[in-house]
Amino acid sequence: MENESLKNMAIKELLLHLADDDFIHAYRGSEWLGLAPHIEEDVASSSIAQDTMGHAAIFYQLLEEIGEGTADRLAHDRPANERRNAIILEAANGPGHYMKDPDYDWAFAVVRNYFYTQAKAIKIQSLQSSSYEPLAEVAQKVQMELYYHLMHWKLWFVQLLGSDHEEAVSKMKAAIEKTLPNFAGVFSLGQYGEEMVEQGLIEGEATLRKKWIEAITPVFESVGLVTTFEMGMAKGDGRNGVHTEDLETALETLSEVYASDKAASW
Amino acid sequence: MSTVLINSDEIYKLLEDVKDPEIDTVSILDLGMVEEVTVSGPDVSVKMLPTFLGCPALPIIQKNVETAVKQLPTVRNVSVTFLRCPSWTSDRITEKGKAGLKVFGISPPPRQMKKDGSWHIDCPYCESKYVTMENIFGPTACRSILYCKACKNPFEAMKPMIKMI
Repeated sequence: MENESLKNMAIKELLLHLADDDFIHAYRGSEWLGLAPHIEEDVASSSIAQDTMGHAAIFYQLLEEIGEGTADRLAHDRPANERRNAIILEAANGPGHYMKDPDYDWAFAVVRNYFYTQAKAIKIQSLQSSSYEPLAEVAQKVQMELYYHLMHWKLWFVQLLGSDHEEAVSKMKAAIEKTLPNFAGVFSLGQYGEEMVEQGLIEGEATLRKKWIEAITPVFESVGLVTTFEMGMAKGDGRNGVHTEDLETALETLSEVYASDKAASW
Repeated sequence: MSTVLINSDEIYKLLEDVKDPEIDTVSILDLGMVEEVTVSGPDVSVKMLPTFLGCPALPIIQKNVETAVKQLPTVRNVSVTFLRCPSWTSDRITEKGKAGLKVFGISPPPRQMKKDGSWHIDCPYCESKYVTMENIFGPTACRSILYCKACKNPFEAMKPMIKMI
């Protein structure tokens, strides 16, 4: 009986990691709408944000199916301390607000997008052989869409770092410095991690992280960067409900409409 | 009074008229979105595959399918559901669907990619191979933007969505 509930907790927590990561990541992506460096990028990055929101929605749907409440409530009506997303994904795009004086950091967007998309690709790959069948099915579909996201962000990453343009290169390096200290949170499986691995839901943190480094190392080398990836969770582990004020502010904004009428149909 | 049996062929016939909300020359059948139609007495169930998970047209398509099937007076209930499995792939688009895409000025997706993941698309207007990719992402999740160097037309192409990627 206890084993059964532990198993269910592991599935629930893993789905929350996946859904909450994609949800806030898509939200941060959508804040770039109208502000991206050029119009083609505006089209591309908002298309990626839309796909990613679709991924969050299907993960919330899976939670709905195991009785965790409706997808809408899960997305819009949970306080920050109940969220499970990695802290690096909630960090604001930069100073200012998208409606007023946005001073967003494109280099940070590129680095975070590329690092996260590569990490997601590795997790999704692993989930395709998940013992939890509904998740394995969803992973197949997500993988096909993710292929294009990864191609896109890798291109930006390589072009900016390989540009020989001093400003671009230094901004990108600063963005990498900003991202890595909290990037370990993306691989964290939280307090039910062992159970997840034991149940065959997903591979372990160390394996996922190793695969990420293997995937990203040749790309770093291609732009002449030294490849030491010292990543941490400086601001804490989002999987345990630890978050920053950036998440609070984002949730307030994105839930504004839902909060005004929770019974409205979407 | 005898009961009139609903034939699933009749349902498919109605679904031919349900077009992609943004590409009115292609039906959802020709896009390969319909996986299964089952008839149980007066109740009809249509199982569909989403093209892209975040496609905002899905609820519209769902509603249009319901409306179309309900045209048959003998139908009592219609349920339209999106399946998670199998995944929709672009090679489900029929020849008729590809022709319909071209009429709309959209190149159909190629069946295969090269080993390095690249693919080739011809201009839907002049058939030229002399084209450049302007943006893998387009006005909708499933489309890319290209430019034909021969006839100087910008055009769109449907992205290949293939299992191997």
